[in-house]
Amino acid sequence: MNKLTDLTIARALSGLKSKEFSAIELTKAYISSAEASRELNIYVEETFDIALQRATLSDKKLKSGDAGSLEGIPVAVKDLFCTRGIHSAACSKVLNGFKPPYESAVTEKLWDSGAILIGKANMDEFAMGSSNTTSYYGSVTNPWSPKGAGKKLVPGGSSGGSAAAVSARAALAATGTDTGGSIRQPASFCGVVGLKPTYGRCSRWGIIAFASSLDQAGPITRTVEDAALMLNVMAGYDPKDSTSVNKPVPNYALNLNQGVKGLRVGIPGEYQMDGMSPEIKQLWDKGIEWFKNGGAEVKDISLPHTKYALPTYYIVAPAEASSNLARYDGVRFGLRKSGDDLQDMYSKSRAEGFGEEVKRRVLIGTYVLSAGYYDAYYLQAQRVRTRIAEDFKQAFSNVDVILTPTAPSAAFEVGANMDDPISMYLNDIFTVPASLAGLPGISVPAGLSSEGLPLGLQIIGEPFNEHNVLTSGKFIETAANFDSLPQYIGG
Amino acid sequence: MAIDKATVLRISRLARIHLAEGEIDTVAKELNGIIQWVEQLKEVDTESIEPMTSVVEIELPKREDIPDDVANQKELLSNSPSTEDGFFVVPKVVE
Repeated sequence: MNKLTDLTIARALSGLKSKEFSAIELTKAYISSAEASRELNIYVEETFDIALQRATLSDKKLKSGDAGSLEGIPVAVKDLFCTRGIHSAACSKVLNGFKPPYESAVTEKLWDSGAILIGKANMDEFAMGSSNTTSYYGSVTNPWSPKGAGKKLVPGGSSGGSAAAVSARAALAATGTDTGGSIRQPASFCGVVGLKPTYGRCSRWGIIAFASSLDQAGPITRTVEDAALMLNVMAGYDPKDSTSVNKPVPNYALNLNQGVKGLRVGIPGEYQMDGMSPEIKQLWDKGIEWFKNGGAEVKDISLPHTKYALPTYYIVAPAEASSNLARYDGVRFGLRKSGDDLQDMYSKSRAEGFGEEVKRRVLIGTYVLSAGYYDAYYLQAQRVRTRIAEDFKQAFSNVDVILTPTAPSAAFEVGANMDDPISMYLNDIFTVPASLAGLPGISVPAGLSSEGLPLGLQIIGEPFNEHNVLTSGKFIETAANFDSLPQYIGG
Repeated sequence: MAIDKATVLRISRLARIHLAEGEIDTVAKELNGIIQWVEQLKEVDTESIEPMTSVVEIELPKREDIPDDVANQKELLSNSPSTEDGFFVVPKVVE
């Protein structure tokens, strides 16, 4: 038998069920692996004692036959999710020490189904970033490193700890959140699968808010089937989230191997940007070949407003963030700095508690919402957002899914893209458009760069058609047969 | 420059984020860079296009105005930097 930490969720579930190994054994294997990978700075809070207690309960449930659908599966949870009585700080200094008195809807569902919390995963502060370097608790190191060189690479962001945990075998699966690419881009950088469901598919209740019209929770896993198994539990209507959609949750793990014969796959010309890396282009071309050989009907499509997606995002998301982050005032929770009066106390607490990128976005958001600029910037961005969503709607009248690269490059070095905020923002160039339109998207590892680093392909689907996204993702997984492992595996 | 020093100070006051004297020029430069970059949105024809406020076409649900799932006072106060007799404490606002 393989090492316990090499098993997929699907395989681990069958092993637990047939008593090949116990939940305690599986959990201990992951705890050892998490301990061995501490230098990657994946976890900002380890919950090993809680995990062992929960695993004991899982073993009882497995014995008595009332096991949940993820019974005994050790998972990492992004620090953005509120977990009752457990560190939940969005990796911000302003929330350091915050222990919520309630549990997020998505994590509640995971625990109800028997999943086991190993720890809270590092992330960019308030999910603002593409490299996991803005965390108050320090940056995460990608388990992958380029051939021969001892360079430290970023895991991507903002769900960098989650992606690194799954890649380095420090968790069997993880939750992430995606506002403009924060699940898909780190999944691509770490050689794992990342699924952003349709906006409204998973409840946002109890997830620390960044940009509420865009934020969506999703799984990061090692296989597409595992992503489906996680989504089965994470998805569903929640009356506490007014934008959660009341639609039945199908079994996403069914018929994943149905193939792509007859599937209409769109290739958007606008995603072929000037200066696109030849490696990324080659990977994309390879993906197109796979789909053609699999009997799919590959079509050129146009999404004319693609180039406006990033600037639109960098108005809409900061505007919403400036409003959402107004709550951090040093009164009811979080960091307080004393001041001359109440206003001064607010200003100094926020200046001390927020990092540079968060301040920048709150200030930009405040500017575009302020009197005299609202129409010119915010309202115009919302109108362009409508046009971007219309582009997709139009495209989906002719195709079933859209195939693109996930990110414009492989993982880069810690410290790169830091001189200018916009060069960091460009990381999300292929993921932001689908976010603005609320569409589901998946990143699946599809190949290696010349430096031996993982590269992902992205599938974008129609709203609430996660099934097409997952079956296409499964098709890529099978065609790519990606079996490379990171240089760094804990344990 | 679209965003001058006075504008930065005005935004920082609105956002309740104190900026030290030495930070203002850097912040002005960065914000200008971002604002110049997003200016390109002005070239998009949005005549008669509705602004998007939500990607899901649902009517916001209504419910009866009755409390449910009420957290207890002790729990709610437990994360506050300063409380007294069941209240959040802030600096004096009325002389």
